[in-house]
Amino acid sequence: MSDEKKKALEAQIRAFVGKPVGPVVVGRDPVNEPMIRQWCDAMGETHPAYLDADAAKKTVHGEIVAPPTMLQAWVMEGWAMHEGYDEPKNEQHRLHKVLADNGYTGVLGTNTEENYTRYLRLGETVKALTVIDSISEEKATGVGIGYFITTKTTFENQDGEDLGSMSFRVLRFKPANAQAAASKEGESKATAQKPSRIKPPMGHDNGWWWEKVASDGVIPIQRCTSCQKLRHPPRPMCDACGSQGFDAIAASGRATVHTFTVIHYPQFPGYEYPIVSIIVDLEEGERMASTLVDCKPEDVSIGMAVEAVIHEDEDGFKIPFFRPAAR
Amino acid sequence: MQKTKKIDELEVGQELPPLDLPITATLVAGGALASRDYTPVHHDRDAANAQGLPDMFMNILTTQGLCSRYVTDWAGPDAIVTRVRTKLGGPNMPGDLLKIRGKVVSTEGKDADVEVSGNNAWGNHVTATFTLRLP
Repeated sequence: MSDEKKKALEAQIRAFVGKPVGPVVVGRDPVNEPMIRQWCDAMGETHPAYLDADAAKKTVHGEIVAPPTMLQAWVMEGWAMHEGYDEPKNEQHRLHKVLADNGYTGVLGTNTEENYTRYLRLGETVKALTVIDSISEEKATGVGIGYFITTKTTFENQDGEDLGSMSFRVLRFKPANAQAAASKEGESKATAQKPSRIKPPMGHDNGWWWEKVASDGVIPIQRCTSCQKLRHPPRPMCDACGSQGFDAIAASGRATVHTFTVIHYPQFPGYEYPIVSIIVDLEEGERMASTLVDCKPEDVSIGMAVEAVIHEDEDGFKIPFFRPAAR
Repeated sequence: MQKTKKIDELEVGQELPPLDLPITATLVAGGALASRDYTPVHHDRDAANAQGLPDMFMNILTTQGLCSRYVTDWAGPDAIVTRVRTKLGGPNMPGDLLKIRGKVVSTEGKDADVEVSGNNAWGNHVTATFTLRLP
């Protein structure tokens, strides 16, 4: 986009800042017990002040109140939302349409902040006014360049009493990923895949090792067919005699912890944290890196006896782990 | 009735009991409708598929409602939630196990900030900081 075009776009979107999204929204129903009960059912909520008039009297509230995080629910549009909005219905939609028409087709909720002045009581009608509060400079983000749009909603009851406020921030972005862009245009519907363990590279020198783990359910140790020396991790040539001939033996699985570290951060999807990452001394003498399972991080120690277990991920990938040895 | 925690019973770094919550289609749809959020992606798998996701996904209000329950179940009925700051992450869908964890991150006067995280197989779904006023 040329500088001039961008300037014009930014002038156009900045004109929305400070504008109310639309008229004040008045909750269709006053705060009522049936809607509170339905909410509590779904949330697994058993709070006495939300559900039981007698018990509520014994709490700091003194009467039935609505769950605080339900505040926005009282002014949600409800059924009409299922129709979506191809044609913009309010200022917020118009702002989003301007950006979408300029290639910022992606939208992602990023942050909210709710302040609850007090809990809502039965019979109160909630009124909400939402204003387009701010639009950021253009930012480079992990999903593409875009603008953060913050709306601010203030909530009052029928008498104008302050009930709280909410800020909601969304990112409107140009999808960096071409596939995502294509799917927006309906050309290909890329479906997100559940993240799983990052697979090790499996090449000519080590692929056989992973295949053996999967097919035989053992930890293979590479052995030189010329001088019988064991080696791990797998590599093409014996460091003792230089031979490239090899076969493998199955490790007994008995080992001791040589050293360890506990990984808390960074957390990648597809793994369970914390991870107790270990280097073990195999009974056969070789050393290998692995993960210790069925053991709390505070219980691992150098020298502890462990035994191998072949772990299988949800996607069928098999990998040797260790667990504390049975006594 | 459960006793509500006092501010001097809390310590910064103190952890809340963990809660592992299996996510079902009923919970996702039930939570969305209980919050009057009829956006199709929260109750209709086809609509979610059209947006590139494998299944219908939980709306923000349900996530906040679950986290709020988690925090006040621990703190007690007289703990008042005065503020929630939420950082949104990946989706939460039927078949996921949402692992909810919490810890006290600060205390001041009678107020305590409790940080709650919800993680599933997709990574972090939500991180929310609840400010509680204790009696």
